[in-house]
Amino acid sequence: MEVPYTVKNRPDTGLYNAKIGIWLFLASEVMLFGALFSSYILLRVTAQEGEWPTELLNVPIGTVNTLVLILSSVTVVMAWASLKLNNFKKFKFYQGLTVICAMIFVMIKSYEYRDKFTHHDVILTNGMRVDGHLVEETSEYIVLSHPLEYPAEKGIGYRPTALHEAEEEANAHGGGHHHTEDRKIMLSDIEKRTNWGPWANTYFAIYFTLTGLHALHVIGGALVMAYFWGPGSRMWKKNPEQFTNRIEVSGLFWHFVDLVWIFLFPILYLL
Amino acid sequence: MSLKAFHIIFVAVSTLLFVFFGTWSLNQYRTVDSSEMNLAYIIISLAGLCVLPVYGWYFLKKLKHVSFL
Repeated sequence: MEVPYTVKNRPDTGLYNAKIGIWLFLASEVMLFGALFSSYILLRVTAQEGEWPTELLNVPIGTVNTLVLILSSVTVVMAWASLKLNNFKKFKFYQGLTVICAMIFVMIKSYEYRDKFTHHDVILTNGMRVDGHLVEETSEYIVLSHPLEYPAEKGIGYRPTALHEAEEEANAHGGGHHHTEDRKIMLSDIEKRTNWGPWANTYFAIYFTLTGLHALHVIGGALVMAYFWGPGSRMWKKNPEQFTNRIEVSGLFWHFVDLVWIFLFPILYLL
Repeated sequence: MSLKAFHIIFVAVSTLLFVFFGTWSLNQYRTVDSSEMNLAYIIISLAGLCVLPVYGWYFLKKLKHVSFL
């Protein structure tokens, strides 16, 4: 039995079925991400003064990932345009580039996640707070590299101010960076310790939820596009119009995923 | 809406992102940190602001026979 309207447009909708299907799916995705974006905004505006962390994310890395995704949107649309112009070789080239861009994005994101999971936040029994990257851990002590220390009572929202003050102090003493020496902390001096995972605070919980869900979409989209680049591309010989429509549908999904990141980047990294 | 129309929307939103990013980095450069990194962000934003609209126009011209639906 032949599936109807995979190539020709349905008379009542004016579109082929897969396009209607992907837009219905994307509508549900808008609701999903919309709810999470709203949650983030509400959590942020209702946070107590000094309690919401800022400047914890790596802006250069976020910028590179943004550029990678914008480039991938261009290549995915060029892949589709190549099929429209009956150029299968060019399609293979652009589709392959899109998959590579997706892989680069995921690799950069996983590096960023690793950086957060190895960053430890320690509250000492003397009322101070120290954070830095965990480089050594024994049954008696831990060692943090690039440590930053400030009063725990001021909250994590005070961190950027503490960082700027430390850098100014280092500049005044002729040093270029505020933290050159590793910090050894005895476990007996630690009141509370956590890494910057989703369990650290509300900010990291919503950060990992939003970016993790987005990364899953990137991986899913990359798998589909890799299939169309590889074994799925055999359809081009049998039914080129249907194959072109499939590429358009996967491209629509990819554009949605990229559009989500275009909003995530400024909200999480810049504001 | 076809991929062509969605791509044009994406290019427009990305251009707006570069406007915001450029403003943010210029503000950072002038008031918080006059580092080379913030200068690089300004240059990236300006490059994006110049390249994306031109690319959008080129794209529309290339696919002028493809429907927006």
